[in-house]
Amino acid sequence: MIDYANFTPWRALAGGALIGGAAALLLLGSGRVAGVSSVVGALLRPIPGDIGWRVAFVAGLIAAPLLWRLQGAVPAVRVDVSDALLVLAGLLVGIGTRYGSGCTSGHGVCGVARLSPRSLVATGCFMATGFASAYVLRHVVA
Amino acid sequence: MQIVVAAIAGLVFGIGLLVSGMADPVKVIGFLDLAGRWDPSLAFVMLGAVGVAAPAFFIARRRVRVWSGAAMRLLVAGAIDGRLIGGSLLFGIGWGIAGFCPGPALVALGVGSLPAVWFSAAMVGGMALQGALERWRAPAPDAAR
Repeated sequence: MIDYANFTPWRALAGGALIGGAAALLLLGSGRVAGVSSVVGALLRPIPGDIGWRVAFVAGLIAAPLLWRLQGAVPAVRVDVSDALLVLAGLLVGIGTRYGSGCTSGHGVCGVARLSPRSLVATGCFMATGFASAYVLRHVVA
Repeated sequence: MQIVVAAIAGLVFGIGLLVSGMADPVKVIGFLDLAGRWDPSLAFVMLGAVGVAAPAFFIARRRVRVWSGAAMRLLVAGAIDGRLIGGSLLFGIGWGIAGFCPGPALVALGVGSLPAVWFSAAMVGGMALQGALERWRAPAPDAAR
């Protein structure tokens, strides 16, 4: 059953278009793929000359809510799991995205946009276990 | 120049996540939790993002350099192997637990969310752990001799 009270198709499309626009800008302006896990991950063993743009992109992401604040209240960030589960989730996301060479942005947006077979497979995998773990945690063990 | 482009791209990306509602893990879980009342918004975010990004990737495919003169660095296609599949499966498990993936977690840091601090710290720890595991399993060629 669709949750019409929370379904926001126009905001979702508009926000998505901005995300795609940002990926297009980074690609055509800097020649880089906007995959957040790879942008961050490569900073852990930085290569000289390959640091500045990564730090700038991450800083832009973190600064976005600060810019937003100039025109109104920032949307709430709501979390429905314990701190222990947050840490477990963070570890899995960190390890998994580095082994899998990408996350929702690198594979899900950029890779799918260029119809990369690797990214299509990766996106199918993380969507499948995303559905599964969200279900198990909230309906089986809860 | 590249740094300015990257900063603007990060800002626009982050604003996009805020507009779409994807910086809010509960909204993401509303999509991932198919049982019960389902919020399809995330699929529309992907649709919008892929629709706008696809022409850029089409153009990029035939370019060697970008406007600023920098090299076009499209990632080299690798194999569809156990690392790609296993890593992506693990990532999905973590995503479905918390509702955070890397981009939204960083935006949520800027919102001042404490849960985002725990998640992001653990995520960077996981990335470092993966790097350490890689180096342990496959030492540098010199050391292997």
